Amino acid sequence: MNLVRIRALAKKEFLQILRDPRSLILSLAIPVLLLVLFGYALTLDVDNVPMVIWDQDNSQTAKHFILDFHNSRYFKIIGYYDTYQDLVWKIDTGEAMIAMVLPKDFSRYLGSGQPAPAQFLIDGSDSNTATIARGYISSVIANYNQHFFAHAVAGVTIVNPQPVSFKPRPWFNPNFESMIFIVPGLIVVIIMTIAALLTSLTVAREWERGTMEQLVATPVRPNELVVGKFLPYFCIGLFDLILSVIMAKFVFSVPVQGSVALLFALSSLFLCGALMMGILISIISRNQLLASQFAILATFMPTVLLSGFRYPIWNMPAAVQAVTYLVPARYFIVIVRGIYLKGVGIRDLWQQALFLALFAAAMIFLAIRKFKKKVA
Amino acid sequence: MSQDTTVAVEVHDLEKCFGSFVAVNRVNFQIARGEIFGFLGPNGAGKSTTIRMLCGILTPTSGSGKVAGFDIVREQRQIRQNIGYMSQKFSLYDDLTVEENIDFYSGLYRIPNSERAARKEEIIKTAGIEEFRTRLTKDISGGWKQRLALGCAIIHRPTIIFLDEPTSGVDPITRGNSWATIKEMAAHGVTVFVTTHYMDEAENCNRLALIYKGTRIAIGTPMEMKTVIMKDQVMEIQVPDSEIWSERVRAVSGVKQTALFGTAIHAVVESAEKTGPAIEALFKGAGVAGYTVRKILPSLEDVFVSLIEEYDHEHIKAA
Ligand SMILES: Nc1ncnc2c1ncn2[C@@H]1O[C@H](COP(=O)(O)OP(=O)(O)OP(=O)(O)O)[C@@H](O)[C@H]1O
Ligand SMILES: [Mg+2]
Repeated sequence: MNLVRIRALAKKEFLQILRDPRSLILSLAIPVLLLVLFGYALTLDVDNVPMVIWDQDNSQTAKHFILDFHNSRYFKIIGYYDTYQDLVWKIDTGEAMIAMVLPKDFSRYLGSGQPAPAQFLIDGSDSNTATIARGYISSVIANYNQHFFAHAVAGVTIVNPQPVSFKPRPWFNPNFESMIFIVPGLIVVIIMTIAALLTSLTVAREWERGTMEQLVATPVRPNELVVGKFLPYFCIGLFDLILSVIMAKFVFSVPVQGSVALLFALSSLFLCGALMMGILISIISRNQLLASQFAILATFMPTVLLSGFRYPIWNMPAAVQAVTYLVPARYFIVIVRGIYLKGVGIRDLWQQALFLALFAAAMIFLAIRKFKKKVA
Repeated sequence: MSQDTTVAVEVHDLEKCFGSFVAVNRVNFQIARGEIFGFLGPNGAGKSTTIRMLCGILTPTSGSGKVAGFDIVREQRQIRQNIGYMSQKFSLYDDLTVEENIDFYSGLYRIPNSERAARKEEIIKTAGIEEFRTRLTKDISGGWKQRLALGCAIIHRPTIIFLDEPTSGVDPITRGNSWATIKEMAAHGVTVFVTTHYMDEAENCNRLALIYKGTRIAIGTPMEMKTVIMKDQVMEIQVPDSEIWSERVRAVSGVKQTALFGTAIHAVVESAEKTGPAIEALFKGAGVAGYTVRKILPSLEDVFVSLIEEYDHEHIKAA
């Protein structure tokens, strides 16, 4: 490996990217577009969620509980009913989004120190709003529980730490995705797609235009060529990552809970693998159109469908689950969500990180080997 | 012989097959240092395939060869460091400027930083492209591109340079400029291997090889080609209404072929002594006045056309 040659290659590649509106648009527009498209619902105002109530208990305690919802600016109680049929009809027509059912012995449970069940029916067809509404329900209940303890008579042992338990049973969207869940997943999709799509064109273009013929007659080594092509795209990938993290925080209010440094370190590892995969595709196909189609098929699809980004892996048939182990994004999504949502560190993520390292190493090895073969 | 430092390129029974198709059929030749070696042949003859094997881009199916003392099968890397190559298809980056293309190749060949600026100026000046230096390569015309490509191919001062049709499809001024550069390099001891379709350019070469259907059918200096190698002789006939007479001259026994060169007829004959009088007799008999019939030195084109026909003739007989 020679640094002078790698530098010359990387600089040339960088200039070509700058002059190619197609790759510039791809690298800038895809992250913004994906985030805005998916994140649109997230920014919806969810004040005044319409709510219907069936109070079977009709006690003072129940009224008190309902009052907390009444007083919250997030909910708007639009009516009281006394059959499930009526509740469901209100939800079906879209007039109400939430139906609350307090059972007959709600106050009795509460008084005896057992968990008091309250049923909430939530229209999950707009999963984003539903998720947020669900969050508001939990906070109202948590608030109520806190006050309940504060007013408890001294001397009474508290056997139940959660006087009112909240068990949502969404009817229409059982996965109940949360945007807080979606945004970190989107970052994975963005990096994978951008990386493979941009690089898939780069080697194929050289074959198509005949510039490869000249290149292989120079002392350039296959590994120098692969690294020289990799570097500029790595910079673009990092730039897209920064862009996504900033947008997630300031546009969608999804901040990184854990270490940003760890996020970038492990993302770089994933980026290596994804970029090398694109380069490998490009080397194999020799043709730009074929290469880009193949890149989308091999990256975007599995990343969206099989990584756990939209559909939980535990919910898939066993055979499909087995396939997901081959999808690198599967591991990366655990990493990104872990760092983003739970703030976990490398001690919990080293296995996933190891898989990403293996993926990157395999792609580097294959790309260089395939390229040597193609040239000979 | 391989230790001989005066030999720049040598190949023995070089062969390349693509599947069952033989693109280069056991070719032999040797090129001395500082020589301009012309490789001629019609389309599909196997010229580019041969060059690509010599430059370490393709591995031969069989046979052996050395370029600059390095083995073309085992030492491709060393060869690439020592040669310059300009491929047949334009192969610089269209979306880089003239200067950026030059900078790219100085990087690839690791020209020392202290020399880069001077080399760049030299290339730009030699190619006469001062006014285009910051222009995108796609926006300059074919002739200038070709000059730039030649400059980039010799940026590292190789001892041997392979040029695959460096002047195809460009204007005479660019062709002249390119040949001036080629001759200048040869004068400094650089060996030049060049393919071309232009016979007037072939005259500039020290030695020529003719390749046809993958087979080397002749090799020698241009003069040897016209005298020793070409067995037939050529007669130049000046006569009024030459287009009409061309047909009738061909019918004379002993005439193998005729072609029009301007107003003159060139007749390929087995022997000028025998057939010359027969042609004159044809004109005398028809009462034509003011004709001349004389033996001339054949042009390279005459030589090649005649050699190729001879080859085809023999192989059709053999088949
Ligand atoms: N990679 C390849 N695979 C299959 N056939 C090939 C390949 N490269 C060249 N050929 C064939 O080999 C023959 C010789 O090709 P080559 O390019 O060497 O000819 P050439 O003398 O350079 O012709 P031209 O004057 O048109 O450039 C042609 O018939 C060509 O189709
Ligand atoms: Mg050719």
